[in-house]
Amino acid sequence: MAERKVLLERYDVPNIWELDVYRRHGGYATLDGLFAKSPTDWVEEVKASGLCGRGGAGFPTGVKWSFLAKGTGKPTYLVVNADESEPGTCHDRRLLERLPHQLIEGIINTCYAIDAHEAYVYIRGEYLEPYQRLVQAIREAEAAGLLGKTVAGQDFPLRIVVHRGAGAYICGEETALLSSQEGDKGQPRQKPPFPAVAGLYAAPTIVNNVQTISTIPHIVRHGAAWFAGINLAPESKSPGPRILSVSGHVQRPGIYEVETGTPFEELLYGLCGGIRGGHDLKSVIPGGSSMPMLPKDVILQTDTSFESIRKAGSQPGSGAVIVMDETTDIPTVVWRISRFYAHESCGKCTPCREGNPWSVKLLRRFVDGTARAEDLRILVEVAEAMEKNSFCPLGIAAAWATQGALKHFRHEFEARISHASAIAAGD
Amino acid sequence: MPVLSDATRASIREAAGQYPPGRQKSAVMPALYLAQDDAGHLNPEVLREVAELLRLAPVHVAAVATFYTMFEKAPHGKHIIDVCTCVSCQLLGGYDILAHLERRLGIKPGETTPDGRFTLREQECLGSCASAPVLQVGYRFHEELTTVKVDALIDELLQEGADG
Ligand SMILES: Cc1cc2nc3c(=O)[nH]c(=O)nc-3n(C[C@H](O)[C@H](O)[C@H](O)COP(=O)(O)O)c2cc1C
Ligand code: SF4
Ligand code: FES
Repeated sequence: MAERKVLLERYDVPNIWELDVYRRHGGYATLDGLFAKSPTDWVEEVKASGLCGRGGAGFPTGVKWSFLAKGTGKPTYLVVNADESEPGTCHDRRLLERLPHQLIEGIINTCYAIDAHEAYVYIRGEYLEPYQRLVQAIREAEAAGLLGKTVAGQDFPLRIVVHRGAGAYICGEETALLSSQEGDKGQPRQKPPFPAVAGLYAAPTIVNNVQTISTIPHIVRHGAAWFAGINLAPESKSPGPRILSVSGHVQRPGIYEVETGTPFEELLYGLCGGIRGGHDLKSVIPGGSSMPMLPKDVILQTDTSFESIRKAGSQPGSGAVIVMDETTDIPTVVWRISRFYAHESCGKCTPCREGNPWSVKLLRRFVDGTARAEDLRILVEVAEAMEKNSFCPLGIAAAWATQGALKHFRHEFEARISHASAIAAGD
Repeated sequence: MPVLSDATRASIREAAGQYPPGRQKSAVMPALYLAQDDAGHLNPEVLREVAELLRLAPVHVAAVATFYTMFEKAPHGKHIIDVCTCVSCQLLGGYDILAHLERRLGIKPGETTPDGRFTLREQECLGSCASAPVLQVGYRFHEELTTVKVDALIDELLQEGADG
């Protein structure tokens, strides 16, 4: 079985969110060797590990760190993205609730490597309990001399501030997040400049996901080669353990940490115990609601490496695996996903602001069986317009949800038209 | 006359101190949370006071408050029940949970019971998809819901009201 517990190894230890328990289980051991190497050495180490960001875009973490602008006369910031709001995704919450010290250890490691002395954690507002756990853990670390004017007795000051979001999915997008933290409406900014050049308060900034940063102590401790070796798919350049949130129609939904390249068949039928109630699998969304869905025959030929998922026509995204059995009505699911994007559109650009409510209206007709033949054509056109013209990936993702469904399950939409036409024709 | 308590005003100033010098605008969200905890919801008077404390334009503070859904602009019930119907919850009966609560409380999403005890809302993904269907009461999670569990929860909340 390819479950490979690294970040989740200590997950079930009672009270692991407390500093002394975490320390008894090897916590903060990286601080012994961290300062013996130069920051640049650590950037190279993380580059060599092959770690790719876990937040959605999958960009190589060490490469991102090496893009930081130097000599700007401004401080460098680390911003941890804990806004987790992509439908289907629920593992960052567990990392925050149960292993806040693993994240803090990762923040210390990262800040040393990128020479930052201030780190912010932007956490979604609805995560009240994880927020309280994290703040408590930071207070403990400060009291123990792991944060503050010196870190573990070294001439290295570090402060962590936790900033709560307030219910806006778009704030997970890194530039919207920075605007939000600066005290503005959370709307995306034009890139370039990228945050590594001009991010928070126009200073060089690294934005990384909770899981990405929680992975760093394991690379610091065991080395790049060890990490790069956790890979069942030899052709994959996205090694390491990755946590997936599996939800929907499996016997055992949950969060699973697996080795890159684990076949979806093994994940769904092995680890998750198969499809609920003896039903047959119909479709899987492999990377959160923003990514195109794949039908059974395709997903069962796919593994969890980034490359395999992309080859299959979807994206690894946030690592949220949403499983649908044969009883699922695809138009209803796509309608609900569209409603999400219509609700969360930040309103900055027209294709997304106008296109999403329009899609919802059209999709509702397919749910109700009142769709007209031209509705399918309009639905396709609206999705195309959103995909081509949206300012940020939110509008594009909304289009992908519809397009993925139409690519593989067009017949379910067509069936709703003929039904409506039949009623209109009076038979 | 300030509407916010001295303690809240002090906490707002303290929150502003967390950010680098000259960046007190960053404190607008923490300040709105603090003001909301104190005043119940963010009416125009409260927004004006937050703006004044942070030396920001009142129109800016109002724009931020309206952008984010968790800032309450109107009065609400004692318990806010947020039911997730987003895709993972939808697949496992999120809409049945919502419909059950509508019947039990006699209100629609967005409404408050006449006794002011409960406000019911339909929510987007709450980040508990592998424990679907879920809801939050005052941002505390209740997971793997059934209608029986929901009834027990409402009974408990009613009891709490009777005791208090
Ligand atoms: C609409 C949208 C929402 C996003 N939401 C999140 C999120 O909740 N958490 C996250 O880590 N990244 C999210 N991202 C990706 C971030 O923009 C960014 O790529 C990521 O935080 C970088 O971290 P990583 O390199 O460690 O993956 C989102 C992107 C978009 C376009
Ligand atoms: S695509 Fe949508 S979320 Fe992105 S900027 Fe445009 S309106 Fe805002
Ligand atoms: S879809 Fe309901 S919690 Fe994520």
